[in-house]
Amino acid sequence: MNLIALGIVSFSGILLLAFSLIKRKSPPKFRIIPALTRLYRAIGLSVEDGTRVFIHLGPMSLLTPRGGAPLAGLGMLRHLTERTSLSDRPPIAAAGEASLALLAQDTLEAGYEAAGAGEFYQPLSGRLIGLTPFSSAAGAMSIIRDEDISASILIGHFGPEAALMAEAAERENTFLLGASDDLSSQAALYASAQEVLIGEELYAAGAYLGATASHAASITVQDILRWLIILGLLAGAALKLFGMI
Amino acid sequence: MRTVAVILAVLTGLIVLLGYFFPVLSGVQTVVLSWTIILAGTATVVGVFSLILVHFNKVTRREKGSVYSVLLLMALFVTFIFGITLGPDDPNMQLLVNAIIVPVESTLMALLAVTLLYAGVRLLRRRTDLMSVIFLLTAAFMLFASATLPFGEISLLNNWIRPWVQQVLALGGARGILIGVALGTLTTGLRILFGADRPYGGK
Repeated sequence: MNLIALGIVSFSGILLLAFSLIKRKSPPKFRIIPALTRLYRAIGLSVEDGTRVFIHLGPMSLLTPRGGAPLAGLGMLRHLTERTSLSDRPPIAAAGEASLALLAQDTLEAGYEAAGAGEFYQPLSGRLIGLTPFSSAAGAMSIIRDEDISASILIGHFGPEAALMAEAAERENTFLLGASDDLSSQAALYASAQEVLIGEELYAAGAYLGATASHAASITVQDILRWLIILGLLAGAALKLFGMI
Repeated sequence: MRTVAVILAVLTGLIVLLGYFFPVLSGVQTVVLSWTIILAGTATVVGVFSLILVHFNKVTRREKGSVYSVLLLMALFVTFIFGITLGPDDPNMQLLVNAIIVPVESTLMALLAVTLLYAGVRLLRRRTDLMSVIFLLTAAFMLFASATLPFGEISLLNNWIRPWVQQVLALGGARGILIGVALGTLTTGLRILFGADRPYGGK
């Protein structure tokens, strides 16, 4: 079993490296995800309005197997910071887990420096807002209500408490995009958020906001692996049907 | 300095990953993970100081909602004093936690039920498409089929249609989404391992 897992990881790694080299030569093309198009517009409006963008990375520790979603969120935060760093009001990044909050601060600083606006970076715009899912949701609700937010993004691992934050954004009549790797949260966000990313769309968000060759390559690799899994499932079903396994 | 950080991050990531596949490296993997836990604990202390600073600034600038910041700072200070003097296992300290944190989180959970119901009602106003109709109809059907009805259960719903929706449609869809999430996690992890994405800073 370990060897199969090692094989999958190695195969994916080789594919990722190969496609990263190939994609450098041609600009990446993606299918349109309407939620991300509207997010792009909302960010532009917030910069013009002089209001803030708020990004919440969730309460999940990076030390757990669910750490992938907050890592994707950090990638998105980096692109957002570069785009909004020259706005009158800096973006706010929050997390419900301490090490993630520190990484959010670091990512914000890196984004400002990359945009040539390092002097505008404010350390307290990256915050820890609670240490449990519900306390961090409560902290996020108060930020959405009190800090002149016009666009909020929930990207990471959330539970159904994400609906409370979506409701807070709805009350303030502001834009909210929800993206979680948890199924119950995806259902809650589908019902309550203005825009929602389902399943692997969460991991594509960074690529849509600031595509690099490695982002484009990772989306291609995901597609290839998905087709391999589909073929494997169909082959397994056919073998079972004919009594061969 | 940035290069050193990248090299350290990639090497540490590789050691932890390979530790799962090669038992020879599992000892080093355990040591690295132990260091990580210590660092995460330290990060919590730093995070709490950051939380105090944010709310202290809100109070001194008399920003909107600063009353809640005063409450938060007072609660944090009182809990800290009790925690230091009594210790976390003291029954009074446990009572403080169980009498405040647990009921507050339960209240939020109860609010969530109302919020979701209200969101369901508003869904068609916000997003009028086929998927929203299917979403609402499925939610209503599952509630109807799971609830205890005054005239007893409807056998066709409870024993045939509901299990089929749950175990075929819902489970199939859920597995599809989870496979997508797993592939996304894998490629995100690999990008970080190769140093293409650096969430630990760097231009």
